[in-house]
Amino acid sequence: MSEVSYIDRPNRTLAVYAIAYLLFLYIPVLFLPLFSFNDAIYVAFPLKGFTTKWYEQLFNNEPMFAALLNSVQVGAVTATVSTLLGVFAAKAVTRYRMPGKNPVVGFIMLPLVIPGIIFGVALLILMSRLGVPLSLYTVTLGHIIVCVPFSMATLIPRFEGFDKSIEEASADLGENMFGTFWRVTLPMVFPGLVASFLLCFTISFDEFIMAFFLSGTEPTLPIFIWNQLRFPQRVPGVLALGTIILVISFAVVFFAQWIRNVGIHDKTKRGM
Amino acid sequence: MSSSDPMISIRSVAKSFGPVRAVEAVSMEIAEGEFFSLLGPSGCGKTTLLRMLAGFETPTSGEIFIDDQPMSSVPPHQRPVNMVFQSYAIFPHLNVRANIAYGLRKQKLPKQQQNAMVDEMLELIKLPGYGDRRSHELSGGERQRVALARALIKRPKVLLLDEPLGALDKQLREQMQLELRALQRSVGITFVFVTHDQEEALTMSDRIAVMSKGRCLQIDTPNRLYEAPSNREVAAFIGTINFFDASIKSVNGETANVDAGVLGEVKAPVGDGTFASGMKVLLAIRPEKLSIESKKPKRSAHAVEGVLDAAAYLGERSHYYVRVDGIERPIAVSAQNAHRMLEGIDDQPRPVWLSWSSDSAVILDAK
Amino acid sequence: MSTTTVGTHVTPSNVNRTRDRITAMFLGNEALRGYTLLSPTLVVMAIGILVPFAILLTMSFWTQVAFEFDTTPSLNNYAKALEHPVYETLLWRSIMISGACSIATVLLSYPMAYYVAFHVKRYKMLWIILMTLPFWTSYLLRVFAWKVILGFNGVINSGLKSVGIIEQPMEFLLYSPTAVVITLAHAWAAFAILPIYVSLEKIDRSLLEAATDLGDGPVARFFRITLPLSLPGIIAATLIIFIPTVGDYVTPALLGGPDGIMMANMIQAMFGKVNDWPMGAALSVGMMVTVAVFAITFMFVSRKATEQIG
Repeated sequence: MSEVSYIDRPNRTLAVYAIAYLLFLYIPVLFLPLFSFNDAIYVAFPLKGFTTKWYEQLFNNEPMFAALLNSVQVGAVTATVSTLLGVFAAKAVTRYRMPGKNPVVGFIMLPLVIPGIIFGVALLILMSRLGVPLSLYTVTLGHIIVCVPFSMATLIPRFEGFDKSIEEASADLGENMFGTFWRVTLPMVFPGLVASFLLCFTISFDEFIMAFFLSGTEPTLPIFIWNQLRFPQRVPGVLALGTIILVISFAVVFFAQWIRNVGIHDKTKRGM
Repeated sequence: MSSSDPMISIRSVAKSFGPVRAVEAVSMEIAEGEFFSLLGPSGCGKTTLLRMLAGFETPTSGEIFIDDQPMSSVPPHQRPVNMVFQSYAIFPHLNVRANIAYGLRKQKLPKQQQNAMVDEMLELIKLPGYGDRRSHELSGGERQRVALARALIKRPKVLLLDEPLGALDKQLREQMQLELRALQRSVGITFVFVTHDQEEALTMSDRIAVMSKGRCLQIDTPNRLYEAPSNREVAAFIGTINFFDASIKSVNGETANVDAGVLGEVKAPVGDGTFASGMKVLLAIRPEKLSIESKKPKRSAHAVEGVLDAAAYLGERSHYYVRVDGIERPIAVSAQNAHRMLEGIDDQPRPVWLSWSSDSAVILDAK
Repeated sequence: MSTTTVGTHVTPSNVNRTRDRITAMFLGNEALRGYTLLSPTLVVMAIGILVPFAILLTMSFWTQVAFEFDTTPSLNNYAKALEHPVYETLLWRSIMISGACSIATVLLSYPMAYYVAFHVKRYKMLWIILMTLPFWTSYLLRVFAWKVILGFNGVINSGLKSVGIIEQPMEFLLYSPTAVVITLAHAWAAFAILPIYVSLEKIDRSLLEAATDLGDGPVARFFRITLPLSLPGIIAATLIIFIPTVGDYVTPALLGGPDGIMMANMIQAMFGKVNDWPMGAALSVGMMVTVAVFAITFMFVSRKATEQIG
């Protein structure tokens, strides 16, 4: 007798498909590190030889570091503000009976269903009519608008995931709103907070379409990369940069997953 | 506060959630040190009423006084009450010790004293040595005790309990009922206990408020609720009861004579409401107040002949259903199985006699 | 003292009473507390969504005259957009390419999500991480990677040439609508897998067992139970890919060639080298309306379709 139930019996064809699908996902991405070590300007087979010179050049690339710093600043501010707004909103919509809640939530989620280019040009027109010069601030504003729905979508399940009476118990035991938030709500939603921050940071860090319209003279990293891609001799440098971003992203994802697992672990145990 | 003042005074409190009226103009007073239960089926408004005492819901109208103070402008965290939640709401990110000490922060006690208080509570709930455990390492009964300790350490004037035994299995529940009652006597705090389990309410309470559809039907001691229900709904909700159509012949203070059709003329105490001669009423008799015999009894005040319709063996007692000509529904009778019945119960249709004494029935408004 | 009237004299108890009344109102009104907490987010989003869209709509009725705006409201831009077939062609192509890409991505991802939801027992989380990991890298570089693969001297051409299968590089690989569809399908795969996976994972296994018990074979069971119940995930996935890809101009610009240019590239040009902002605003509004119409129709039709299956 097989251990698994009738419904879950293994399916060889599907397993093969799954492997092929993963290859389809990974192979294009893995060409970036491959060619970043290739000793040739043109990205083509056959490979010429191993070199780390593109990485060495990268470390002396002042404009690249400036763009990187810009992106980190924009990403950090975006992630902090969006997560903060997301926490308030998620708490409000999961904890209070409010008339008109659904349309309001729908409105906040609107950026999810509107192409980014529309937001980009709409904000561009607004800024120019108001006479606000384009800068990293305008990019940040645009990114916050786009990230708040993601932050809320990440945090709402987290709030729904724990019993409302846990917060009520804290109020019952004498803590006011702030005390309850600090001693109970925050520790309970902390993994969601980290996840929201990382997600918003990543979205902002990678966002190109809006930044293209809203950035002034200081480019974010995607804008910098876009400008480099027009020059063939700069392409290997971009591949090296892409490889570094890839490695850091992987590390961050595993870290985020680890944080999430800590949360899930507690939850499954609690539910025994 | 003088000893005659109630600890809790609920004055025509109503609560609506949008168009839904959860509680309708309920008034009641609960004395200091009382074990008071709110009993009713789910959706009757008992939990809403409890949550209004705790401050998590605000009355749409009416006012709640706790220890003579009006509560409408007092937020939950400043009320002199504490609650044991139905789900226990043990903080999952804190251990048992930190859970119990949670409410002590505002009192700014020295660490040592705080620890001593927590240890004392752990002793009280019979979980010494559990201080370092997390909530997921506790069984249902242990969580219930921790929730109790966490509330009691605050020395509240009133302890609110929202179906705290509902999640426990039957044996543990019965044990906890006794423990909880003993605990309440020893700490002397007023308990307000919400439950849908009538047996539980009857076992534990000093007084019970029976609620249905947002209204309070009767507030009384357990034995008076059972023996002298004041209206039809309470009589039907608590235990099983047989209703017979009847009409008043004469009223004499607390008792009345009624004409109960084939049952003949019956004398019985009256419940709530005003009764006058000729009124249509209900005569209500509990199944265990009826005796079942195969021959006509000689000494009983009231007796009627019928045919055994069905019987069920329940261990310590048996249930019989008897059809009587002129009465629509079979009459339920409960009898102790005083003798061993190894060959099983005899449920063959046969003529039987039912009898009861004159003080065992009650007369209720027919509505 | 006797001259002071009680009504105007503010005693501490009066202050307390007023404060109590405010507290009571705040405690009593749950909606008020909720909206207070929600207000910062709502204000930011109102400013960030309503104001820009109002001005976008307003500008679409203006006219560009040299470097100035003629702010007399007119329908000139919309009339021009309807007259010139190029706009219709571009919009239609955007819809077709995004539509094809959404459908292709969902079709390719469904079996994968199904496999992880039903056949992966241990290490489920690892599979989910593996499926989503490539999407945490730069979008631009993911798109660029396909240029590396499909390009004139790209991986496929140089690879095939070096092993002697072809002599001349295949030019049709790059700069075509197909290249755009493949690239977008790859770039957005995670956005299809996750919603579908979640909707499949939520299906109660006893429903499948009930269907089997009532006589359905695996295929019938799939079409009568699994597919309809996973439809919310499919709809979400399709829209999550369709909506942003309609507005993408990076992929067409890098890989599309003249035949792969989409509406977003035109809008970008209006705000860039063409410098006709009102026209760009009108095209944006038109694109938004078209996307909304397609999205709503799609949702409606797929709901109806499931009802038919059931």
